[in-house]
Amino acid sequence: MKAAALLLAGSMALAACASDEPAGGSGGGGGGGAEAGGEDLRIGLAFDTGGRGDRSFNDAAVAGLEAAKEEHGGEFRDISPNADASNRADLLTQLADEGYNPIIAVGFAYGEVIGDVVEQYPDTTFAIIDSSAAEVGADNLTGLLFSEEQGSFLAGVAAATKSETGHIGFVGGVETPLIQKFEAGYVAGAQAVNPQIIIDRQYISPAGDFTGFNDPARGKLVAQGMYEAGADIVYHAAGGSGQGVFEAAADAGARAIGVDSDQYQTVGDPRLQAVILTSMLKRVDTAVSSFIDSYVDGSVEGGADITYDLEQDGVGLATSGGFIDDIQDTVDDYRQQIIDGEIEVPTTP
Amino acid sequence: MNVLRRIGLSLFAPVLAVVVAVLISSAVMAALQVNPLRVFEIMVDFGDTPSQQVTALVVVLNRAVPLFLAGLAVAIAFRMGLFNIGVEGQYRLATILAAGAGAAVALPGPLHVLLIVVVAMVVAAIWAGIVAVLKVTRGVSEVISSIMLNVIALGVASFLLTGPLRGSPEGASIIATADIPESGWMPSLNGVFGLLGLANPPRQLYGFLVVAVVVGVLIGVLLNRTRFGFDLRAAGLSPSAASASGVDSRGMVIKTMLLSGAVAGLIGMPDLLGSTHSYTTDFTSGLGFLGIAVALLGRNKPVGIALGALLFAFLDRSLVPLQIQDFPASVVTIIQGTIVLAVVVANEVVRRVARRSAERGSATGAAVAGDGSTGPGQAASGAASIGGGADGGEGTGAGESRTTGAGQRSDERQETGA
Repeated sequence: MKAAALLLAGSMALAACASDEPAGGSGGGGGGGAEAGGEDLRIGLAFDTGGRGDRSFNDAAVAGLEAAKEEHGGEFRDISPNADASNRADLLTQLADEGYNPIIAVGFAYGEVIGDVVEQYPDTTFAIIDSSAAEVGADNLTGLLFSEEQGSFLAGVAAATKSETGHIGFVGGVETPLIQKFEAGYVAGAQAVNPQIIIDRQYISPAGDFTGFNDPARGKLVAQGMYEAGADIVYHAAGGSGQGVFEAAADAGARAIGVDSDQYQTVGDPRLQAVILTSMLKRVDTAVSSFIDSYVDGSVEGGADITYDLEQDGVGLATSGGFIDDIQDTVDDYRQQIIDGEIEVPTTP
Repeated sequence: MNVLRRIGLSLFAPVLAVVVAVLISSAVMAALQVNPLRVFEIMVDFGDTPSQQVTALVVVLNRAVPLFLAGLAVAIAFRMGLFNIGVEGQYRLATILAAGAGAAVALPGPLHVLLIVVVAMVVAAIWAGIVAVLKVTRGVSEVISSIMLNVIALGVASFLLTGPLRGSPEGASIIATADIPESGWMPSLNGVFGLLGLANPPRQLYGFLVVAVVVGVLIGVLLNRTRFGFDLRAAGLSPSAASASGVDSRGMVIKTMLLSGAVAGLIGMPDLLGSTHSYTTDFTSGLGFLGIAVALLGRNKPVGIALGALLFAFLDRSLVPLQIQDFPASVVTIIQGTIVLAVVVANEVVRRVARRSAERGSATGAAVAGDGSTGPGQAASGAASIGGGADGGEGTGAGESRTTGAGQRSDERQETGA
């Protein structure tokens, strides 16, 4: 069997030589070390489960790429892992083999495999979103981190201020430390406004089961339970499952808070738009485009993390729809207190 | 002549299935305005440099090993007419407990690995055993109970990971059990590439490949060359006939599920021993369900399952190059789906051909009474009782044929419910 497979591999190498490059595909050859700042910028983006089209986290990364492409030209390629995401390392190595540089891994789950990959491709520049590069310690890897708890704190402030029932909710996608940061900040923010507030908190799936990020039906079910119990505003940090939370809000005549992208803009359905009080922006787009900017300038330091927090507007609240205009002063006040260090936002619930 | 026919028939179904699947998926691709020829070309292109080609090969083999074990676990139960959907929960629970046990002790090399593997097999066997006990004592359908136990297993695994077995520091973005010390790692087979004069890829070929091959051979021998295997297949074909001839069908249910579970326990081992060395929130999930498709594809025979696993692994690998060349990844999903469907249909076609010739050859038509149904129902019952084997005509070239599930399954239920 192995012999047959090898034979196949060999004959295919020949076939590969004979093949024509497809129109619009990669520009051929070029395999090895692509020079930084070359005329042809080729950016690779590897998504996490959920992939493109979640109208949230992954799409924010694409928005950043589009912006960078607008500015610097070139092309980008975004690819998604298989259903169980067991091939994350392959996504990165294949992009590197094809000469894509820089390569951006979207999602903390890449933290497990990226260490080996960056070592294997020392001439390629990598960035990873939501995972620290400091612990990997390779010069060609930059970690792009966010202070989600700070933005979520403001979401909590908005929810508690706007709530009429004194009862709000939080729907997390998967019970991972990353999503717990959202929860911790949200709870702290809501309690800062109203210490007596009731906060329902629930995760769609437990740690180890990633379906919770991509399951609108269960997102809807969980949120429905909260609205029925009396909550009038639910904040979700559940990626693609958030769609279900919005639907539950629309059905219940209540409201919800979006996450990552400005979901008022991305949700694409006027009925759901009307329920989105605000969104906790996690400016993955800014992080991606400014990373590419610094790559083009040749100023990527590598081996370190860049943390996007409230101060540099790396996280914050969206104002689209104008639903929180009347409480903007309150929100800004808390924002300033966090920036000044008067409020220390917890990262674990 | 008979032998030739038999080989011809057993090859006919898979070949027919693959050809049909390729034709259907080509048509779908053409409808989506994707050039199917180009897609197939990319699929078989393993890269330009020798190192890339060997890496691609390693990726396929590493993926095929757990798929093969999953297929095998499902197939053992299938052969006896049991549908073990619980493989998913069995291996997840087994892997986390094995990872915990492996991290907790320090033993000399081979013993350490052996301990981890044994813990995994025992845990998974016990979990599968629950299904069997429920079935023989209370008549609970193994389909229902194993699905339920999957949910429980995932919950328990998650509890263990975030609670007692947590080894990663507080706040780390990936929760993991403590790392297994190096004595509990399985060495890779990369030395083989050197011996064959091939490039040594950066990716490690799982040493567990050898174990998987050995397990495959053992299971093949056990099913086809021992009294136990005969009883198992007989009970799968007709529980009432089997117990009339002295087979303890309740005992067989328990033994089969324990065996199926023990093999399921191995599914997580290649990754655990060969690369991750801990169970994490990201540990590969869903292999138990893929195993069902692989077992179906391999017609519940170890060699067939190995081929099926390789085919799935090969298709899976092509996801990445296809996306890089700007083809939708869904193309591969379409092909995988059509192959499984085509296999079910092809098996049915071959079964009928074989039955007709068996009827012509001898007058043992009685064995196949009551299976004139067609359509989706047929496919579903085929899947449920994929236990396969001959329906009374083993010697006449019907070795690959299937009995439909409906009749025999109700027999079984009466038996166990009583």
